[in-house]
Amino acid sequence: MQQIIYFFQKFKYFLFFLLLELIALTFTFNNLNFHKSKFVNSANNITGGLYTTLANSTEYLGLKTENEFLSIENTKLKNQLEKNKLFFSKDSMIVDSSKYHQKYTYTQAKIINNNYSKSFNFLTINKGKNQKIDKEMAVINSRGVIGITENTSNNYTRIQSILNKNSKINARLKNSNYFGTLGWDGSNYRTVQLSDIPRQAPLKIGDTIETDGKSTIFPEGIPIGTISKINHGNTADNKVDVQLFNDMSNLGYVYIIRNLDKEEIQSLENTSNE
Amino acid sequence: MNKSINQIFFFLFLLFLQVLVLNNINFLGYINPYLYIAFVFLYPVKEERFTFLFVSFLLGLFVDFFSDSGGIHAFATLFIAYIRLFFIRVYFRKMPADYPFFTLKSESFGKVFNYVVTLTIIHHLIYFSFANFSFLNLSMVFFNTLYSSVFTLILFFIGTYIFTKDE
Repeated sequence: MQQIIYFFQKFKYFLFFLLLELIALTFTFNNLNFHKSKFVNSANNITGGLYTTLANSTEYLGLKTENEFLSIENTKLKNQLEKNKLFFSKDSMIVDSSKYHQKYTYTQAKIINNNYSKSFNFLTINKGKNQKIDKEMAVINSRGVIGITENTSNNYTRIQSILNKNSKINARLKNSNYFGTLGWDGSNYRTVQLSDIPRQAPLKIGDTIETDGKSTIFPEGIPIGTISKINHGNTADNKVDVQLFNDMSNLGYVYIIRNLDKEEIQSLENTSNE
Repeated sequence: MNKSINQIFFFLFLLFLQVLVLNNINFLGYINPYLYIAFVFLYPVKEERFTFLFVSFLLGLFVDFFSDSGGIHAFATLFIAYIRLFFIRVYFRKMPADYPFFTLKSESFGKVFNYVVTLTIIHHLIYFSFANFSFLNLSMVFFNTLYSSVFTLILFFIGTYIFTKDE
């Protein structure tokens, strides 16, 4: 007994040090797990509040570009509206609104904290559970894909950026059905990697890559980027580099997309596994 | 009492400086200084180390909260806090009796430089190894450590030069 007490006396600092290091390691491993990172993240009231203050004070610096993108996006949307007007302008056409089924709802949010220089990058936005934001919702802006929501508190949400080594997004070659997985190797914040795309897909430098809509998260056809490099070696995963449309180092406002059919699709998919 | 209030303010000052300013520098795209570890260099040396270890751990953890890095900063900061005493013994040749009178100000620049450089490099190496989280790109870890260490050290020595009063 005396030996044990003596042991603790002698190594008390070392044991305390080990205990705290174990706690730190647990946080580290949990942080990289999409479903476990509950505790240490920037989506709490203190960090969120501070980042909001900071974002509010530095917002002026990005106003010019933000306005430019808004007006570009408005032009695009107005053109789309015109196309639809043609469709509705026929005489005696009845639109039965009860048959129309809305699939997605959009919420706007502001990015208050942005990381892009690490291997595992996260963003924080100023909307949370109170604004009906949940886990696993798509985050985009007018130029393309940004990431997936991960951790929500009442007023803030943490987003797993596409610039995160754990990020996996289903993407395809535009105007075709060839799809692959979009990931990131952690090297350059301007390019992401599309892997597992079939070998017979007619890939060319400059072709557009967009989301495929095969998951319950992203709608179909959201732009991602253009192919910037094709590896002609016979590697198993057939990787191509995709240059992003978005400048991830300069983001302002984003849209969060809720898929209204998500529960239905997931319950269907789960029953088939039993 | 006055001393501990000073420590708390210093703690908060370094934390906010780190997360609101220094984390957003991204010099050349990815190089950031991690000046908050100055807390570990400058904390008074005592026989009783529980408070010091725990507070260092907390400082690292708060930086983690802000930078979404799990527990990496906490791990690295606690590590240099734990081995600090060893380097104080080696570089400054101090015995437990000398601890209450030990300040970096009273030591020669060469010794202080060695001590600060050693701890900074160890901290940054641990931090970037965990941030990379794989055995690929080890050259990246090495260069990140090197550049960020130089950045941190420059800021630390400029800061101490400005804030120390000539008595």
